[in-house]
Amino acid sequence: MLLLRRLLVTLVVLAAIGLGGFWLLTDPRIVSPAPEVGALPAADLDNGKLLFAAGGCASCHATPGQEDRTKLGGGLALTSAFGTFHAPNISPHTRDGIGNWGVQDFVDAMAAGVGRQGEHLYPAFPYTSYRLIPPKALADLFAYIRTLPPIEGKAAAHELRFPFNIRRLVGGWKLLFFQGGSFQPDPTKSEAWNRGFYLVNGPGHCAECHSNRNALGAIVQATRFAGGPDPEGKGWVPNITQDEANGLGKWSKDEIAELLKTGFTPSFDSVGGSMADVVRNTAQLSDADRAAMAEYLKSLPAVQGPARPRGGGG
Amino acid sequence: MIRTVLVVAGLGLGLTAVMAQSNPIAERQQIMKAVGGATREGAAMAKGDVAFDAAKAQTVFKTYADAAAKMPALFPDSSKTGGETTAAPKIWEDQAGFKAAFVKFGQDAEAGAKAADLASFRTAFGAATKNCGTCHEVYRIKK
Ligand code: HEC
Ligand code: HEC
Ligand code: HEC
Repeated sequence: MLLLRRLLVTLVVLAAIGLGGFWLLTDPRIVSPAPEVGALPAADLDNGKLLFAAGGCASCHATPGQEDRTKLGGGLALTSAFGTFHAPNISPHTRDGIGNWGVQDFVDAMAAGVGRQGEHLYPAFPYTSYRLIPPKALADLFAYIRTLPPIEGKAAAHELRFPFNIRRLVGGWKLLFFQGGSFQPDPTKSEAWNRGFYLVNGPGHCAECHSNRNALGAIVQATRFAGGPDPEGKGWVPNITQDEANGLGKWSKDEIAELLKTGFTPSFDSVGGSMADVVRNTAQLSDADRAAMAEYLKSLPAVQGPARPRGGGG
Repeated sequence: MIRTVLVVAGLGLGLTAVMAQSNPIAERQQIMKAVGGATREGAAMAKGDVAFDAAKAQTVFKTYADAAAKMPALFPDSSKTGGETTAAPKIWEDQAGFKAAFVKFGQDAEAGAKAADLASFRTAFGAATKNCGTCHEVYRIKK
């Protein structure tokens, strides 16, 4: 009897330590510390505008059902295996948007996935890619967003299934899958390649769609860029590694840059689905930036992705 | 001799027409492939890779106009799946919007047919080809 009670007490204590450890380890400031912004030179609004286009913020945050891509009222429903997310209002509205955020708040969100209340943000918001954008550039982007019209009204709350509705658990996800840190150029590679790496993996967040994901929704790094089912569950996102059969192995750099400018493939098909909106964003970049992205994509080793359910079809 | 060729050609035409009727997926894909081919020619002219040719420009827009006229009838309920189709379910959920998109494409093609010099061709070609991505974004999905 005494033995049993002792055992029970031990178990309870162990569980408490475990929980405490989990609680500590998943503290947003511990699992995903954001870079300190500190004092910054005056914001470069043109650079902010470019990042806004390259990052495709409007694709998720623009108010649905209207043409103006600078109205960031949110509300778009993003379906996923975990439930439905509703993109929040990130217009500079002081009550409903991010109008009373400081630069550091914005950097916390973009580089570390931490919200203004110190809560974890869900990786449906691709900060897993945006974290590569250096703090100074994030400050430029923040300054640009603050010049856009404030939009009234909050988006609906997310509708997620248990246990995914517990934000704290995102801390566990970050422990397993999130890597912080801004972009560090590779000095052995050309300037164009480095620019391309940054645009594709950072603001462009191309891998977020063009990769397969595991059961917890994290990108399978071994098949990064090798295609997979659409994250929203509709259709297939193609392989963009140098794979000859299904990827971009046969595409020239110019053809890749052309697609990012006009949406036309080498056979003059016009990309559809969610890629049409990506092209709307990359079309706003400079020719040099699109060429840099093509340069980087041509350097990706050929990787065979997961089998396509219907095998090809262009 | 000539007559035999004509008859054979006629038979061939008749046959493709019959096949197409029983296979709307193949026919609509064939039409869209032709639209893609015309776009290749048009883009080469718009970019200045080849010289502007008014007759060729007309053919590009004629191909678009024909496609806009024929396509809407090629999506019967029986053709939602099969034949490697990339048609999205949205086509059947929003027939009105889908048809309206072809009306707009047809109008932009008509407008382009009047282009007589490179500058006006460029403008009209740019406007007409905006329809490709806009329609494919909503009504097409690769599986
Ligand atoms: C794929 C869709 C998607 C894209 C693209 C996207 N976001 Fe978001 N964003 C979201 C979602 C979903 C959330 C909500 C996350 C949460 O509630 O945990 C969010 C949250 C945010 C937040 C936190 C808002 C708050 O109230 O806590 C900010 C700030 C933000 N996004 C800015 C941006 C910027 C800037 C860009 C472009 C560089 C961008 N987002 C691109 C989907 C997206
Ligand atoms: C929101 C999801 C999404 C994002 C983000 C995205 N793509 Fe795509 N991409 C797609 C889909 C879906 C297709 C298939 C388009 C179609 O159906 O025609 C595609 C097609 C492509 C193709 C054509 C491949 C082929 O075989 O036809 C290329 C090249 C490409 N994307 C490059 C990129 C690059 C570079 C980026 C980053 C700037 C990017 N994508 C970001 C979803 C995305
Ligand atoms: C109003 C809608 C609409 C417009 C406008 C449109 N398309 Fe399409 N297109 C489709 C649909 C739907 C399909 C898929 C057909 C299928 O697979 O059943 C398609 C398929 C295609 C294909 C693939 C054909 C194949 O299977 O090989 C090409 C190439 C193409 N379109 C090019 C274009 C180009 C270029 C333009 C603009 C000049 C254009 N389309 C304008 C609806 C449209």
